[in-house]
Amino acid sequence: MNNMTQIIYLATTLLLLLGLKKMSSPKTAMNGIVLAGWGMVIAILVTFFMPNLHGFVNFELMIAAMVIGAVIAWYSGKKVMMIQIPQMIALYNGMGGGAASAIAILELLHYENSSIAIRCLALFGAMIGAISFSGSIIAFAKLQDIIKREIVLPLHQILNVTLIAASIILALYLLIFPDQIFFILPFFLIASVLGLTFTLPIGGANMPVVISLFNAMTGLAVGFNGFVLNNPALMVAGIVVGASGTLLTQLMAKAMNKNILSILFSTLSKSVSTESSATTDNMKSIEVDDTAIMMAYATKVIITPGYGMAVAQAQHKISELAHQLEQRGIAVKFGIHPVAGRMPGHMNVLLAEAGISYDKIFDLDEINPEFSNTDVALVIGANDVVNPAAINEPNSPIYGMPVLNVSSAKNVLVIKRGKGKGFSGVENSLFNMDNVHMLYGDGMNVVNRLVQVIKNL
Amino acid sequence: MSYGMIIILYLIILAIFTGYEMIGRVPVILHTPLMSGTNFIHGIILIGAMIALGQAVNPLEQIIGFFAVLIATINVVGGYVVTERMLEMFKTDKKTTNP
Repeated sequence: MNNMTQIIYLATTLLLLLGLKKMSSPKTAMNGIVLAGWGMVIAILVTFFMPNLHGFVNFELMIAAMVIGAVIAWYSGKKVMMIQIPQMIALYNGMGGGAASAIAILELLHYENSSIAIRCLALFGAMIGAISFSGSIIAFAKLQDIIKREIVLPLHQILNVTLIAASIILALYLLIFPDQIFFILPFFLIASVLGLTFTLPIGGANMPVVISLFNAMTGLAVGFNGFVLNNPALMVAGIVVGASGTLLTQLMAKAMNKNILSILFSTLSKSVSTESSATTDNMKSIEVDDTAIMMAYATKVIITPGYGMAVAQAQHKISELAHQLEQRGIAVKFGIHPVAGRMPGHMNVLLAEAGISYDKIFDLDEINPEFSNTDVALVIGANDVVNPAAINEPNSPIYGMPVLNVSSAKNVLVIKRGKGKGFSGVENSLFNMDNVHMLYGDGMNVVNRLVQVIKNL
Repeated sequence: MSYGMIIILYLIILAIFTGYEMIGRVPVILHTPLMSGTNFIHGIILIGAMIALGQAVNPLEQIIGFFAVLIATINVVGGYVVTERMLEMFKTDKKTTNP
């Protein structure tokens, strides 16, 4: 590595860190990603000119791989709907983990010229990368509804422990006998299987935390590879992502009021959720016309959207509805639960896409005191995040999670596709309350009709 | 322990603190974009993949290296595109009014 390359890598690291810093504030976030992007571009360009890139064939392969990869990623990234962003992040992250694992394996194949410390780091990198790779793909499949349920095998925890033990034994073996390169394959496979068995039993609602964790793990694997390849840019960027990713995972879990360990090592107990499902008979349904009148003659309306709204692609119609109510002089606010959508912050992105301005969007702590002087709370496609069981049913699986107190509004209208349960599989007692009315139907369709009726009032 | 090793340990400590401190006060609305942004940043593994493929000496290594460069590129490009699309909506001057 010559001096020029070193200096460019240093500049890249600086740009990446500066970008990350800017990305943690809404005003400068866009600048941040652009800066980081330029950092990456110069690093890639200078790497092309490194003198020790072996034969010309490898160079051709490199160009081919980069072109194919870039086309796939560009196309999928541009085309993906905002609602599917979380699983796309998981997928891209898994790719990074896989790459880190592959690079570490290549280094293990060159065992002759590496010290035991380097091989140790390479083994760590290969293992963490492989877990992140397969685990992220499962996370993608779960959020994409390819895998629809939690899969728990018999003796699942024992299986996990066995796999961890097996991979550690293989790693030690490879550390002591580095020339036994054939054992790299089972080592990689077992680590990959570990990623699968680790992720399969975790429910979709907890997936964001898991994705964030894999993100941090990939960062760590990249950092390890930095040591293996003696490349400080990879070291610093990888470790910074590993550390910030770990903190972000904690913040997300906190926003969901969950403990990371309990997410990773247990699933919601099914027996409890059926226990509180006794009453579903008190639900009162309401028609669109009555809903429209109720809203049109209110003075203050709070809309609490959930993931179901995004699934129905109703955010643009909701924006139209809010606009119309405002024209009638009604105060409209949006109350967003931290985990509305699939991830903390996901719903804000979806509403922003629909052109709802930020000063109308309030988070949980800001909006909760306001429900008591609100005429109509409109719940659309949200379920668990408005479930009072989180406050008053200590044996509920979601007990303790902060929720939006919609029930303290004078009237609560719930737009819902059917009588089903929320993402967590827990029954919602809100729907049985006296001031709550259910408006059944497809979100987009219902809101569209609401808009029409209000327009003609 | 060599001097270089010590420097690396210092580097690790500083990097951990940097990572932790940088996003300490990030608002919830930025969690998803920030996760996507860090996802892009660890895409720097592409540099490692390029170096590793460049040093490949036999077909097996070339295959693994090719695969590594391919998926690392997906990480970088995908991570950037998705993050940029999300953050595009955070621009404050974008006050589009509904017709």
